Amino acid sequence: MNDKQLVISAKGLTKKFGDFVANDHLDFDVFQGEIFGFLGANGAGKTTAIKILCGLSIPTSGDINVAGYDVYTETEQIKSNIGYMSQRFSLYPDLTVSENIRFYGGIYGLGWKEIKQKRKKLIEKLGLVEERNGLISDIPLGWKQKLAFSIAIMHEPKIVFLDEPTGGVDPVTRRMFWDMIYEVSESGTTVFVTTHYMDEAEYCNRVCIMDEGKIVALDTPEELKRNYHAQNMNEVFIKIAR
Amino acid sequence: MKTTLFIIQKEFIQIFRNKTMLPLIFLVPIFQMFILVYTATQEMKHINMYVVDKDLSQTSRQLISNFEGSPFYYLTGFSFSINEAEEQMKNDEADVILHIPSGFEQKLKRDKKSDIQLLINAINGMKAGLVNAYSMNIISQFNQNIIGDLVVIGGNTQKRLDIRSHYWFNPELDFKIYMLPGILVLLVTIMGMFLSAISMVREKELGTIEQINVTPIGKVQFLTGKLLPFWIIALAELAFGLTLGTIFFHIPIEGSLLLLFGFSSVFLIVVIGIGLFFSTITNTQQQIMFLFFFFNIVFILMSGLFTPVESMPSWAQKVNYINPLAYFMRVIRMILLKGSGLQDVLKEIYALSVYAVIILSLAAWRYRKTT
Amino acid sequence: MKSFFGFVKKEFLHIFRDPRTMLVLFGMPVALVLIFGYVVTNEIKDIPIAVLDHSKDEMTREITQKIISSGYFKLMAELTSSNDVEAMMLKGDIKEVIIFEPGFAVSLQKDGKADVQLLADASDPNTANLIVNYTKGILFDYLNKQNQAGTSYQFDTRVRMVYNQSLKGVYMFVPGTMAMILMLISAMMTSISIAREKELGTMEVLMVSPLKPFQIIIGKVIPYIVLSFINAVVIILLGFFVFGLPVRGSLVLLLAENLLFISLALSLGILISTVSESQQVAMFISLFALMLPTILLSGFIYPIENMPVILQVISYAMPPKYFIIIIKDIMIKGEGLGLVWEETLILFGMMIFFLLIAVKRFKTRLE
Repeated sequence: MNDKQLVISAKGLTKKFGDFVANDHLDFDVFQGEIFGFLGANGAGKTTAIKILCGLSIPTSGDINVAGYDVYTETEQIKSNIGYMSQRFSLYPDLTVSENIRFYGGIYGLGWKEIKQKRKKLIEKLGLVEERNGLISDIPLGWKQKLAFSIAIMHEPKIVFLDEPTGGVDPVTRRMFWDMIYEVSESGTTVFVTTHYMDEAEYCNRVCIMDEGKIVALDTPEELKRNYHAQNMNEVFIKIAR
Repeated sequence: MKTTLFIIQKEFIQIFRNKTMLPLIFLVPIFQMFILVYTATQEMKHINMYVVDKDLSQTSRQLISNFEGSPFYYLTGFSFSINEAEEQMKNDEADVILHIPSGFEQKLKRDKKSDIQLLINAINGMKAGLVNAYSMNIISQFNQNIIGDLVVIGGNTQKRLDIRSHYWFNPELDFKIYMLPGILVLLVTIMGMFLSAISMVREKELGTIEQINVTPIGKVQFLTGKLLPFWIIALAELAFGLTLGTIFFHIPIEGSLLLLFGFSSVFLIVVIGIGLFFSTITNTQQQIMFLFFFFNIVFILMSGLFTPVESMPSWAQKVNYINPLAYFMRVIRMILLKGSGLQDVLKEIYALSVYAVIILSLAAWRYRKTT
Repeated sequence: MKSFFGFVKKEFLHIFRDPRTMLVLFGMPVALVLIFGYVVTNEIKDIPIAVLDHSKDEMTREITQKIISSGYFKLMAELTSSNDVEAMMLKGDIKEVIIFEPGFAVSLQKDGKADVQLLADASDPNTANLIVNYTKGILFDYLNKQNQAGTSYQFDTRVRMVYNQSLKGVYMFVPGTMAMILMLISAMMTSISIAREKELGTMEVLMVSPLKPFQIIIGKVIPYIVLSFINAVVIILLGFFVFGLPVRGSLVLLLAENLLFISLALSLGILISTVSESQQVAMFISLFALMLPTILLSGFIYPIENMPVILQVISYAMPPKYFIIIIKDIMIKGEGLGLVWEETLILFGMMIFFLLIAVKRFKTRLE
């Protein structure tokens, strides 16, 4: 692993809201091309951490670097190098598929020509040719999520952050979604994903399990299963939680 | 700059696709023009007068017929009892009671002095003031004329003043001409501020704002993209309203349209800036509606839309320094009704320019891409 | 019942936890009453004028002095030529110019007749009218003193302003503000708050809870009833302590009528929420169907009798119109139920009517 380039480094990442400690001294490193999973129950502090890494929120303390930039002072440089797909659905319901792609491409600073090319490829790849001029509010959730993911990586970021990308989606679509994640990862993009589906943890290169704002385990799924003498990640999680 | 264009494009698509908002953008001006102009009138066209004439003399009858001759007065009743008259007033049937006591003419002839009484329903103080002014005008004219009718004075020792009054800019004292420019101000303010503020808060409620905040887009670019579409729409609304006003109400355009639109451009930056600033300090549409209502009602009432700013107490006139509507209310009437030029409104232009810079800086400062 | 109280508590918290909302909720009536009381007046005071005195004699100076000391006017400039008049008017620096003809005093003494011209900026016609009338009044008054008693036949007019001797604006706007605030909070905010639950999908969560639909609606409106009622009381208190507006009639009756109007406004709010799918739509319906008529067609600021007949007819369907009549009768004229029973009955009928439609629509939506 050490021969790979370090893209995210967090030392003592802490975020407090008043007395409430959402993230308590998190330490982790993420390397280029990895699929790094952040696991935990709802309210474990996953979203808070991901927002800090994306430059949406300033941490209370800790040394954190993302894509070589400091999260306190260089949030805007970080934003040029990352893609983000939030837990809340974030495409415009009153714009069409193709208008959403054009808009987000535009505000990421892509040129008209580039947007046109990418839009064509993207729509074909997702099989949305017929729906391209349909409103987002009219297409099924699974497709919306695949589209949101594609838009998040349209500007070819170094790292893409996915905050519970598969929430509320059927297993088949989830499987297809993970195929897309693998594809992106193979092209050298680092994927940072949070989830509370334990089966999805198996797909990650490394997982980090969080509980009440703290990291309780961090390793490859294989190592974790061996250490905890578990058949699958679900058992690992249950054993840790106990 | 290019990123700003993408935002502007997106905003326009959203506005024109909205089935509820789009018709409203055109209906509101029509509604405001035709309803407000007729309802928001302080013009006294209909004063109900009740007469208690206990004298029944020639002079008293002449005085009453002078009131009857005025197009504003309607005699609703006549009796000898003041109690009956007051009962009518209680039921809002009479705005004013003219009470002429018995022996009025006799006393006037004998003492050269006599009394009549006017009772005015003053629950609406403003209306009462006008009724008083109108009535006194009729009475003082009558007063000047009775001399000739009652006595023939040998050798005219009576001095007279010949007062000629000229009403500039609106010789017919048409209240509609006064109200229309004010309504245009309301129109562009409400449209500009409301649409921009709602559009921003909606992004917050939908969560799309987060997706934008995670892109490298600059604050200024984003805010400009949020400002310009509504600025264009509001200016178009002004043109639309002005056209309606010219066609249906013959609103005069004495001054330069270029100056009017130039001034409006600055004013709208301030108004939309306020809308954007509000959106940065609220999270839901309900909250922003509250703020919007509160500030607009205060701004509108203090702007001089219905009542002259000169009549306001000095603290209120000072508050008006931060009321953008007060500047525009004054200037739009100056340009449209009086034909005032650039020189006349320079002070207001400076003031609003400074205001624009301040409010946009505030909005940019409060708008946080990172919290 | 326990879950019901919990629900009501949640609704209260929603409102009370947000300082912006609280500020506006209580700032609004206070600000409105103060603005109407002090700012929105037609009172003529310190109106900027100029004098163009071609005569400059004892008499014209005396008249000018009288005009300034009346308190109605403020002398901004003593002009020397009529060339300056237009420029000053265009700038809006002065509202009236008084022009004395050359040899004013001489003409008046010799010919018994002199000329005065008044030029008024009538871009604000009402103010122009009042200014001119006030100036004329001062001029005639001066003339009367010049004409020695004994040679003139004059009668005096004693004016009595009934119900409101000092022409205070409060008598007019306190009832109007009350109607407006109650409409705003009760109808508009209820409709937006219910539409919001629908938009965010939380309404469905409430629907599957053990709460009965009518309990949900009652729970939603209770906080607004309380807030509206507090606001009504605040306005009455402000009117009394700040402006000395008396409550001549029965206070109990006054408060009861307020409750009736609040219930009416709430049923309108519920009705609006059943027909609107989003907050934006609810806002617009409330704004156009409730707020504007409340302000414009209720006789609050503008006398209804000046309006075109069609609008006068429409005004009969406006609940605030009746409410304002009732409040004025009770507070200012000191009347009891005897005079206002008709209006009260109309409001009550309207409330039942709107409530029935709202309940019916609400039920259909559920099924």
